Amino acid sequence: MTSTDTPALEYPGEVVTQAHVRYVTLPDVAGPIALITLDNGLDHTRPSTFGPAGLRNLLAAMDEIETHAPAVAAIAVTGKPFVFSVGADLSFRTSFTDPQAVRPAIHAFSELGHAAMRRIGAGRLHGRKVPTFALVNGAALGGGLELALHCDYRAVSAAVRTLALPEVFLGLVPGWGGTQLLPNLVGADTAVTIAVANPLSQNRMLNAGQAAELGLADVLLEPADFLEEALRWAGRVIRGEIDPAAARTPVRRGQAWADAVTRGRALADAKLHGAAPAAYRALQLIELAETADLDAGLAAEADALADVAVTEELVASLYAFDLVQKRAKRPVGGPDKALARPVTKVGVVGAGLMASQLAALFAQRLEVPVVLTDIDQTRLDAGVAAVHAEMDNLLAKKKLSPDRASRLKASVTGSLTKDVFADADLVIEAVFEDLAVKRKVLAELEAVVSPTALLLTNTSALSISAMASELTHPERVAGLHFFNPVAVLPLVEVVRGKQTDDAAIATTLAVVKKLKKNAVLTTDTPAFALNRLLVRFMDEVLGAIENGTPPAEADQAPEPLGLPMSPLALLELVGPPIVLHVAETLHAAYPDRFGKPEGLARLVAAGRANVHAGTGDSRKIDQQAAELLRVQTGGDTPVLTGEQVREAALAALAEEIRILLDDGVVAEAADVDLSLILGAGWPFHLGGITPYLDRTGISEKVTGRRFSPPGVATIS
Amino acid sequence: MFLAARDSVRDVVFVDGVRTPFGKAKGVYAETRSDDLIVKVIRELLRRNPSLPAERIDEVAIAATTQIGDQGLTIGRTAGILSGLPRSVPGYAIDRMCAGAVTAVTTTASAIAIGAYDVAIAGGVEHMGRHPMGEAVDPNPRFVSEQLVDLSALVMGQTAENVHDRYPKITKARVDAYALASQQKVAKAYANGWIQPDLVPVAGRHAESGWELVTADEPPRPDTTVAGLAGLKTPFRPHGRVTAGNSAGINDGATGCVLAAADVAEELGLTAKMSLVGFGFAGVEPHVMGIGPIPSTQKALARTGLSIDDIGLFELNEAFAVQVLAFLDHFGISDDDPRVNPYGGAIALGHPLAASGVRLMTQLARQFAEHPEVRYGLTAMCVGLGMGATTIWANPHFGTAANTSQAADRTGEAA
Repeated sequence: MTSTDTPALEYPGEVVTQAHVRYVTLPDVAGPIALITLDNGLDHTRPSTFGPAGLRNLLAAMDEIETHAPAVAAIAVTGKPFVFSVGADLSFRTSFTDPQAVRPAIHAFSELGHAAMRRIGAGRLHGRKVPTFALVNGAALGGGLELALHCDYRAVSAAVRTLALPEVFLGLVPGWGGTQLLPNLVGADTAVTIAVANPLSQNRMLNAGQAAELGLADVLLEPADFLEEALRWAGRVIRGEIDPAAARTPVRRGQAWADAVTRGRALADAKLHGAAPAAYRALQLIELAETADLDAGLAAEADALADVAVTEELVASLYAFDLVQKRAKRPVGGPDKALARPVTKVGVVGAGLMASQLAALFAQRLEVPVVLTDIDQTRLDAGVAAVHAEMDNLLAKKKLSPDRASRLKASVTGSLTKDVFADADLVIEAVFEDLAVKRKVLAELEAVVSPTALLLTNTSALSISAMASELTHPERVAGLHFFNPVAVLPLVEVVRGKQTDDAAIATTLAVVKKLKKNAVLTTDTPAFALNRLLVRFMDEVLGAIENGTPPAEADQAPEPLGLPMSPLALLELVGPPIVLHVAETLHAAYPDRFGKPEGLARLVAAGRANVHAGTGDSRKIDQQAAELLRVQTGGDTPVLTGEQVREAALAALAEEIRILLDDGVVAEAADVDLSLILGAGWPFHLGGITPYLDRTGISEKVTGRRFSPPGVATIS
Repeated sequence: MFLAARDSVRDVVFVDGVRTPFGKAKGVYAETRSDDLIVKVIRELLRRNPSLPAERIDEVAIAATTQIGDQGLTIGRTAGILSGLPRSVPGYAIDRMCAGAVTAVTTTASAIAIGAYDVAIAGGVEHMGRHPMGEAVDPNPRFVSEQLVDLSALVMGQTAENVHDRYPKITKARVDAYALASQQKVAKAYANGWIQPDLVPVAGRHAESGWELVTADEPPRPDTTVAGLAGLKTPFRPHGRVTAGNSAGINDGATGCVLAAADVAEELGLTAKMSLVGFGFAGVEPHVMGIGPIPSTQKALARTGLSIDDIGLFELNEAFAVQVLAFLDHFGISDDDPRVNPYGGAIALGHPLAASGVRLMTQLARQFAEHPEVRYGLTAMCVGLGMGATTIWANPHFGTAANTSQAADRTGEAA
């Protein structure tokens, strides 16, 4: 299979997965079954992956099986406890420093994988065909699942919750047969779902039940004695007592296949607007799989994988993936964790929408009593009722057990007075965004709570330091800035005021971790980091609309970037009054960079919560909203085209990020990228945004320098 | 009194018994947990008896000698949960060292007899590789200061030498000959397929070599010879008589059985492979614990009104050949009596302490099916710290036409 100019594939850093072979005997089966165990020798926290040496181990296992006497009756593959295989070792790709070496190496890596997995799956031993089985005992991702697809039959443990082809999520394509084998097993439509739609939907994975329903698994077996029963099942197949292949749903070809690919393209367009190639390449390969013979299909697959492996989008994705996997879990710049104080009771000031969202989150994750306060009994009752309703909702969806729902509901109570906070270790305020109001609330809190109780504010734009300045103990005040919807978005900004001490920050970070959120540390500057960037970006779009660019054209201008939503859609999601508040704060702080949000002010003054009208395909920017946004300042400011709007918005973003970093608002460009990914859903293929700004030259053009050197998050 | 026992106790039947193949310590199960072993047994019992609704099980009694780690945490309960039994089925842990599984059977059988339970699972597990004998024991210093027991009482091999001292007629040559016969009988039983039907295959993981499927006992040494046995070391006493060859080994394994009230078994369509007649436990001097089965058997016979002559089959645990021979001598049974351990015993198969009792019963049940001329059989075993445990069973096939083991396998039903 491998061509003669194949580079020798060596990866010194590889954690090598062994392919151990044992021979097992089954009743009434002539000859032993060769049982291959994939095992990298480490526990489940380091799942088995395939690098070049791991793939060569598969071939070596087959060499041994071929020569075994007596001749084997079947070949079965399984994994170490809890893991089948999670596919290619991604660090093999990131290990290359010479961009020229990547393409041939990845091409050869794909071919090596094809050779190894085809050989196992084919079960040809000196011209004799034996059945092959994947006994999927645990996680099977990417190349792991592809190995299973090469086999004739698949048994899956009912406990497995991670079955997926996540390549497209990372900017890759399945490169070891997945694009060719999967549609021919489960049909093109299901293949599009598994290989394209799921990766583009927050990398959704399948559990065993779903895999069986979709035809990936021939049989589900209980985990308690999975391997024993899977081998018993294999024996029945070998003896001809059952024929799993006959029970599979026949694959629909022709129009159904074409429709599936069309559906996939529409889906990719909706998510990406053509901004990244991997999904489209995967769809091409699925399309090809209808008619191509396996040799041709796999050759095309190797070419496609080698092509996407040298794209900037992939490099940015791998950088982004690393941020989300590692940096998000250990915020940079945090103080010693040992300084964190225990939190055994939480207070929430206010009983509005944000307050009840926070109360629900704290109750569920910290599992401590949470008290809401409000001066108005009706509002208080409504706030507590909203939390209780959320628990009932989770109960109805079976996401909570009745006992747990009962516990959580009992843990959230309301009070008209703040004396209930006397024994709280943490009080967070979520009252009206007004400095005087917040100062008053903090002063009232200080009168009640212990001197070390942590006081947090959920402000989106006000100064923490100003809020705390009149307190006796301002050092225990910090900002904890959530993004709406609180339950969904993983990012929180932890804001350190001028006087905030390390213990307060350490406690806040510990709480964030328990909330299962990801923290980015920022200094106490107007609108902190993420909102400042998003509003700067939005400001360019709104400014263009004010100046006469048609709203739809301006709004669609960023589409080629493949952002999760347009600027005006984001405006609607966050809520025009909140965006206006942040925009006005930023305009006041940096009037030379943030325009006066006049159109937005008119929209809010008119009481409009939305910009669009209609739903689905007929959703359009509403005429009245468009008129409110268009200020018609007159003068000779040129009207920008969509493309110019995009360029201006990106240039503005580059400038703002540079200033943010120079001012030390966040530690590094990586924190900006992480914030955009986790707080605004900006895509991996942009790497957040700084890799994109670097690779397109925008950062150098606008700020005179790059955010990161070539090779960190970009190829060049 | 329980309603069901107001007028009389109920008959208790042995429905089915299975076990894992036994392993050598550090062998096939070196990297397999104890609780996983017993789980395979419980699940196999349910698979083999599909007419038994799991929610009808009233108790899961699992014995282990060293109740630490994967044998701790009330293993009868954890095993039930891990096996997927309904949460409504309770479980507990039992310890009487080597007679753990026997005690699980007699305790739950008693509860069935008086009407507290209808159906129970009883069994045992011991992973002597993970839990060596004597792990974390802390004997009271009074044992020594008051000379309550001889110091040799805690070392089983020394107690076996002590039994030799008591019965000089039991020579090294006799125990070696007995041990050789045990190996030969096991080899024959395997060749005839008498052992395998009651084994549940276990996948054993090995980080260095991958999964294997264990389908047969690891300990047997079919190539054992008299000369080989004669040359083995006597680790418990210089120039002693007890060797690794005439003793059971250090082993891993699990066993389990389903017990039911006779009427409930009938209602549920479950086979009665044996019917419980009675049982006895007795104590002896701890330093000669091997003779324990003699008084426990006397007690069981006396309380069931039977005599030793009524017993047609014996399944005696072979912790040491010397203690088996002491039992046989006492009751006037010859060393090679065909009624004794027809499939061989623990010297060849292994003796994972608390698990062994149900192995004896499972083998006795299979022999009952082959021997309808036999009315009663017993199992007996010695227990550390000087005890014996005996159970007596009636053969439901008694008086019917002979069944081959093959036929019994196929139908699981011979009566």
